[in-house]
Amino acid sequence: MSMNYQNYLSKTAIDIEPSGIRKFFDLAASMEGVISLGVGEPDFVTPWNIREVAMEALQDGYTSYTANAGLLELREEITAYLKRKFHVDYRAEDQVIVTVGASQSLDLAFRAILNPGDEVLVIEPAFVSYASLVTLAGGVPVRIATKEENGFKITPEQLEAAITDKTKAILLCSPNNPTGTCLNKDELTEIANVVLKHDLLVVSDEIYAELAYDQEYTSFAAIPGMYERTILINGFSKGFAMTGWRLGFLSAPSEFISVMIKIYQYTTMCAPYMLQIGAIEALRNSSDHVEKMKQNYWRRRNFTVQSLNKIGLDCHTPGGAFYVFPSIKKTGLTSEQFAEELLQQEKVAVVPGNAFGASGEGYIRCSYATSIEQLQEAMNRIGRFTKSLEGKTSQELEKVK
Amino acid sequence: MKLNNEELNILSILEENHKVSTEAIAMQLQTSEENVTKLIKKLEDEKIIVSYPTLIDWNKIEGNETVVAMIDVKVTPQRNVGFNEVAEQIYRYPEVTSLYLMSGTYDLSVTVEGKTMKEIALFVSNKLASIENVVSTTTHFMLKKYKHDGVIVEGNDDKDRRMVISP
Repeated sequence: MSMNYQNYLSKTAIDIEPSGIRKFFDLAASMEGVISLGVGEPDFVTPWNIREVAMEALQDGYTSYTANAGLLELREEITAYLKRKFHVDYRAEDQVIVTVGASQSLDLAFRAILNPGDEVLVIEPAFVSYASLVTLAGGVPVRIATKEENGFKITPEQLEAAITDKTKAILLCSPNNPTGTCLNKDELTEIANVVLKHDLLVVSDEIYAELAYDQEYTSFAAIPGMYERTILINGFSKGFAMTGWRLGFLSAPSEFISVMIKIYQYTTMCAPYMLQIGAIEALRNSSDHVEKMKQNYWRRRNFTVQSLNKIGLDCHTPGGAFYVFPSIKKTGLTSEQFAEELLQQEKVAVVPGNAFGASGEGYIRCSYATSIEQLQEAMNRIGRFTKSLEGKTSQELEKVK
Repeated sequence: MKLNNEELNILSILEENHKVSTEAIAMQLQTSEENVTKLIKKLEDEKIIVSYPTLIDWNKIEGNETVVAMIDVKVTPQRNVGFNEVAEQIYRYPEVTSLYLMSGTYDLSVTVEGKTMKEIALFVSNKLASIENVVSTTTHFMLKKYKHDGVIVEGNDDKDRRMVISP
């Protein structure tokens, strides 16, 4: 007798949308000689001093569990870092949890604050997992589409229009993946006013905070009146080039932390000991490396934005992260058609904008976390590709579709 | 001399690859090509940019294999001129590719390139050792070059291990 597995699986799990980049990944991974602008992580390897310290920790036998919240020594470094960089004060003892990637911090935050039916405002285009994480925690994601003409920044009016009596929290991500948009202090303050007025919480994903180029970065928790209402999420992945280590952390008022730590001790126990020791080294002795990588990204951003605009793909200058989000509307193709054709014809991989929400349609995400030589070659190829489209009649374009 | 962020970035770009066009540099720094040309000229004039050598692996070319030796040289310093005069006599030889004054048990570190070990041995015995005030020499032949001027010559350190697409 054959089993119908649909009957055995959780309905919630079945109904989760598959990630929009999956299909595209399979296609790109099957091809040789691809220049990829589709990578959501640094091209730098973790600085050597951090790797060395983690190796020594492993050699010295640091292989046991740690406290659920992570090593106190690491949490102390984290609170010192948050104070130094973002001017926010947390206690290492009861206001920080070290998690397995910032993704797990997000998961913990939603599990801790959401009751069934609670709504979370998700500002799109957004990181692929946000909406699903809200759903898995029993909440309802409410998507708000930002616009290119606003630099993909959310406006207070848009927030007001989306808020209902079920709204529990706003999920912010600045600098943003996939648009690179960075919100300044004034813009965050406008959001804060809405948060106060409607008595909301904010889950602030600040994983790209180290990569803000044009002005000093402002953490949402540093906005007056927001500390009490913010679950601040950060980690080592992007700024320190430590994606594969899976180390993130969250800070919040202890009333949130005490609930989250309960969930965390049952689901995960703790982050790996030897990697936590590496993370201590990252916070203590790596600011020169971090700054050097940031300068590198900044140069590549400038180069990429100008190249794309020269090619004729309109591209705003994003304030942070390592993504640009140019419009491909002029070409007459959809995001997926553009990305697929570009991959087939020129072997350049980008991610179709609609993978980050419906409002990403008409755009592509290009990551500039790759060498300048590769970027130059990729821009040449994209230029050749868009030229080849211009030559096509609308009939031929139909064929491409 | 203090440099501004733009100048430091130009050095960082050129240090990695001096063939980058001024246009590409200007685009990366959000400035004009004229400004980049002007700043590079300034850095050259100040001898902060000393020259633009190319790192060549001659050993890959048949018939061009080279032998490299690093020689520790002890010297009796001379009145008034110290080590400079001896150094000058040594660095004039074209087979000398680098020369440093060192602290520690010897004084000058000389790097010499030749076609064969014999050629280098002859250089040391006939030329180097016979220079007045050179007290002794210790010759170390280089067996393998792993890293040179910050560049890893062989190895897979720069291999991209990332997945082609990730969120």
